[in-house]
Amino acid sequence: MSTETVLSGSAGGLETALPTTLFRFATAGSVDDGKSTLVGRLLHDSKAILADTLDAVARTSADRGFGGEKGGIDLALLTDGLRAEREQGITIDVAYRYFATDRRSFILADCPGHVQYTKNTVTGASTADAVVVLIDARKGVLEQTRRHLSVLQLLRVAHVIVAVNKIDLVDFSESVFRDIEADVQQVGRELGLGSDGISDLLVVPVSALDGDNVVERSERTPWYTGPALLEVLETLPAADELESHLESFRFPVQLVVRPQGALAPDAVAAGLDVEAYRDYRAYAGQITEGSVKVGDQVSVLTPGQAPRTTTVAGIDFAGKSLEEAAAPQSVAVRLADEFDVARGDTIAAAGTVREASADLYAALCWLSPKPLREGQKVLVKHGTRTVQALVRSVSGKLDLASFKLEGASSLELNDIGHAQLRLAAPLPLENYLHHRRTGAFLVIDPLDGNTLAAGLVKDHPGDHEDERYSI
Amino acid sequence: MSTYLSEETQVTDAAVSTRLSSLDTLESEAIHIIREVVAEFEKPALLFSGGKDSVVMLHLATKAFWPGKVPFPVLHVDTGHNFPEVIDFRDRTVERLGLKLVVGSVQEFIDRGELAERADGTRNPLQTVPLLDAIQQNKFDAVFGGGRRDEDKARAKERILSLRDEFGQWDPRNQRPELWNLYNGRHTVGQHVRAFPISNWTELDIWRYIERENIELPGLYYAHEREVFARDGMWRAVGEVSQPRDGEDVITKTVRYRTVGDMSCTGAVESNAFTVSDVVVEVAASTLTERGATRADDRISEAAMEDRKKDGYF
Repeated sequence: MSTETVLSGSAGGLETALPTTLFRFATAGSVDDGKSTLVGRLLHDSKAILADTLDAVARTSADRGFGGEKGGIDLALLTDGLRAEREQGITIDVAYRYFATDRRSFILADCPGHVQYTKNTVTGASTADAVVVLIDARKGVLEQTRRHLSVLQLLRVAHVIVAVNKIDLVDFSESVFRDIEADVQQVGRELGLGSDGISDLLVVPVSALDGDNVVERSERTPWYTGPALLEVLETLPAADELESHLESFRFPVQLVVRPQGALAPDAVAAGLDVEAYRDYRAYAGQITEGSVKVGDQVSVLTPGQAPRTTTVAGIDFAGKSLEEAAAPQSVAVRLADEFDVARGDTIAAAGTVREASADLYAALCWLSPKPLREGQKVLVKHGTRTVQALVRSVSGKLDLASFKLEGASSLELNDIGHAQLRLAAPLPLENYLHHRRTGAFLVIDPLDGNTLAAGLVKDHPGDHEDERYSI
Repeated sequence: MSTYLSEETQVTDAAVSTRLSSLDTLESEAIHIIREVVAEFEKPALLFSGGKDSVVMLHLATKAFWPGKVPFPVLHVDTGHNFPEVIDFRDRTVERLGLKLVVGSVQEFIDRGELAERADGTRNPLQTVPLLDAIQQNKFDAVFGGGRRDEDKARAKERILSLRDEFGQWDPRNQRPELWNLYNGRHTVGQHVRAFPISNWTELDIWRYIERENIELPGLYYAHEREVFARDGMWRAVGEVSQPRDGEDVITKTVRYRTVGDMSCTGAVESNAFTVSDVVVEVAASTLTERGATRADDRISEAAMEDRKKDGYF
């Protein structure tokens, strides 16, 4: 396979290449697992690091006496961004990295693992098509690995790749790798990860330090016949491809485009028919799920009102009229009937959304140092609507190592638990299990505006489709 | 859907036919963010310097609200050391789109004695005070910027919606987690939010987009002949505020700019990229980062950008 990047591509190559697609992935693991080195290796070997950056890293490596036989560059320095991180040799916050091959452009969310791992992993995984979890080949599956995999299962990450790192330090031993692989698959089975038809689980032996199986397949692991890590990342289907079978169009309305007199002068200068656009009215938003065609029957969901059904009269995008559009496109939708539609409403394929509810059952990933208490008032941001909510009860906290729900009446930083909330207005909530966008919400502190929790909508108790997901 | 439970499973070719291209995905994401900020904030503004990233931002805004006007003013922090052709471009663009332009002037602050000229003559670091003053005077609660995470190690860790305190400061250790596509822009009185809708774009994405959308830029982004002298390993233009010192020979070179900032600290690179397609090829093959190649202000210390951001810089 070709690992030529666009950065090293010739002019001719650029002209003939197909447009690349975007793939978002995150890495999870601790400093000790060599995560920063792995990320540095991916960037370095895919030629995403330019000469001046590499020079700076080489100088710093030399200043600190790093190197010796390995060639003198501490690849981990490529990803330590903030001054405090460089001084303390740790990573504080999720950092985003970019590189491209001739097939894909990658957005990498590099999530530190040692402190606040739940907060960072949840953040990185919420937008990721895949997550790479690192394991030290000398240590095997640790409690932290179980925690990471548990969070990824909860967040419905489509692809989980376990990189068994430092395979060079166990003499490229096949038996060590096979034992770890069996342990990983065992944890996966316990969680339903990789065998639930939603996610998959792949295990790859790598040496981040030397580059084995990172970009190129290694000759030092002849017993491993699978793809190198980058090859996996280049070929896995992205989440929007996997979700393209979802026929249920979902479109949270961001704002109403209704220029009245205030048409864009550049559009008018380019020949826009001012008369025809005098009464223009369209609903702007990003399609979160499914696709829509002109003429489709849709329901407008407004909290506190019965759904109103109409048809799509037009789909516009910056002067172009589209016949159809699909997630994740940002468009403006015109409706056949002149309903009063506003920000916070959702336009959805007719008859596919269950009744809006003011009772919210959810798994909460608690991300704030302020604990959650029963009776607390919070804000819930779902789609384009923010409503007040009351925490009625906390029904338990997940032990990430045993995957069991324990009794709890409060949640603290990095806890994942279940809670029941009462909303001030009903929302068109959907089960996160099947709807990664319309099943997700934020819990916000009404006092200082900070984000307190990532929320995943669950079915009402007693209404579970599958007990396996009832953590 | 394929699963990868065993390593023997063949990795299949990624489906490319039905997916949006990476540029379309990035465009869609940016427009979503721009619309969210406009919907949720009282008084947003867009930082507009005439530089390519801010030009792309403005282009995205016109697409987000078509056929309506861009519903916010643009804000330019004028160092007084600008390239004249960039100021001309700025004014023409504002006119063409019917926008309101707010200018914060570094020179006025120096004239009033509220800012002091630096020994090295560079004015980029002086922009912070006029910027915060303009935000406060105009009561802007959200300010769009064209910052990209690939520009710098500190920017790589900044959120798309980045909260600033009463002093405009960024606290990198106390950022809100940013989950899914749900952006939390809540803030208290005195705080404001910087919004970076093109956070996930790279320099090459920007140029490919400029090429695809046929977006006009100031001419100095393309190769042209200019009188220059060498300083700090860069070619500096000869101009009113940028004069060669003894021993710095002035020569005529074919150059272009990769970033457009203060004339006193922005260097040109030798280039034969006369058209946007030439630039795309040049950027794709470049071995230096754009800031490393052409910005003296980022070379001041290893953590130069981080320090300026903490103080309220863009």
